[in-house]
Amino acid sequence: MEVFSSVDGLLKYARDRGVPLWRAVMEADMAEEDMTEPESLEKMGRMLAVMRSALAGYNGGDRSASGLAGGDGGRMAQFVASGGCVAGELFGKIVAAALSMGECNACMKRIVAAPTAGACGVLPAVLIPVGEAVGAGEQRMVEALYVAAGIGEVIANRASISGAECGCQAEIGSASAMAAAALVHLLGGTMEEMANASAMALKSLLGLVCDPVGGLVETPCIKRNVIGAVNALSAGEMALAGITSRIPVDEVIDAMAEVGAALPASLRETGEGGLAATPTGEKYKHVI
Amino acid sequence: MAIFDILGPIMVGPSSSHTAGAVRIGRITRRLLGSEPVRAKIFLSGSFALTGEGHGTPRAIVAGLLGLKPDDQRIPESFKLAEERGLEFEMGAVHLKDVHPNSALVTAWGADGGRVEVGASSPGGGMIRVFELDGLRTSFSGSVPTLLVKNMDKPGYVSRVSAVVAWYGLNISTLRMERDSRGGHSLMVIECDQHIPHGVSAELRQIDGIYKVTRLNPEGEV
Ligand code: SF4
Repeated sequence: MEVFSSVDGLLKYARDRGVPLWRAVMEADMAEEDMTEPESLEKMGRMLAVMRSALAGYNGGDRSASGLAGGDGGRMAQFVASGGCVAGELFGKIVAAALSMGECNACMKRIVAAPTAGACGVLPAVLIPVGEAVGAGEQRMVEALYVAAGIGEVIANRASISGAECGCQAEIGSASAMAAAALVHLLGGTMEEMANASAMALKSLLGLVCDPVGGLVETPCIKRNVIGAVNALSAGEMALAGITSRIPVDEVIDAMAEVGAALPASLRETGEGGLAATPTGEKYKHVI
Repeated sequence: MAIFDILGPIMVGPSSSHTAGAVRIGRITRRLLGSEPVRAKIFLSGSFALTGEGHGTPRAIVAGLLGLKPDDQRIPESFKLAEERGLEFEMGAVHLKDVHPNSALVTAWGADGGRVEVGASSPGGGMIRVFELDGLRTSFSGSVPTLLVKNMDKPGYVSRVSAVVAWYGLNISTLRMERDSRGGHSLMVIECDQHIPHGVSAELRQIDGIYKVTRLNPEGEV
């Protein structure tokens, strides 16, 4: 849809209508999908509820079918609870949440693809702990999800959100850009700051390859949810500090598409290059 | 693409193509069978065969055959559920040529004696495409109202079938026809903009030389 062909256009659409970015995203989508406002809000509320219940239902004892994934979210949470996290409790909680969500996915639990299943941990890992820390209400959290979805839709339109097409920068990178903008909304920033936050987040993960060991969404996917989340946090904080991206977000997205197209097939979800092709990665392939 | 394709779907992990899409392959097989499956043969091809086990693909397909949706938390335990519901199945690997790497061939038998053989792929994002039905090449997703008509390969059927469809006020968005020269029959795939009522298939079944009519209405599919 026209509105979602650029972040710039999306911001202009919001300004022209005199509404906040989240509402512009919601209204543009409602028009496109022939949905009413209550329907849309209800659906987005359900996304948030499933994210929350997945995180709350995390069990450190679960293991994936391959036996390689599971338990790290619990380890990290324990470390945070013991007061060992030098970067502070909130930071530690974000790391733990990202690991937990990635492991939930690997262990066949119910998750929300955001924008993909492999990257499902980034957005909730930022929004849920931060939302708790600042006492954000349900409405504000749902609004933040609209902001994230709007940025994600522009990325999908201009580039890709598929690791098989553009590498992990398109999955974890996109998720990070979405989470950065959502965080800025949660913390009361402007829509220009949201755009800058997503630009800075995506820039920092440009070139990230997709190289899942044994072709499974486990290694390195789960831990990449962590870098996606903490990168969103720093990008959001920078934007709120008034720091801007020298390259506008739409051009960053275009660069991502270009970098993705230049990636060899071995680094686009085939499980044949990068970490998957290391001696240890090859060894796991046979275990799996 | 809608914003709920970006945030969503709600699904059981770990992979939209190898898990959520695999559930949908099972589901479409069940819908094409039109009755409760009691027996199934499932063959995985390409990446489904290589990494399916770790992605829960076999359990996902069985879950779909049982009518579960991609967000159903019983997917990991679908084998047990199959036993409880009296669905027997065999699982194997096959090398299918000229199809997407994420593909499966599923044959299912219904309690009413019916049988269907479905070849389908899951290229990504949980979307699927049927590429073979009962031995005939085809292409449809089942995400829009779809009418499948198997008839004698003789002139005149397209106009007769489309006349019935038009009489019910349905708008045809795509019409595809595949013929099997050996068997002497062909398969028409008609995708419509509106819900396909029961009357359409009832009326088509009256026509001489039409062997099989299947309606797929996507209501309630996620
Ligand atoms: S490495 Fe590939 S499969 Fe894993 S999260 Fe990144 S894009 Fe997805």
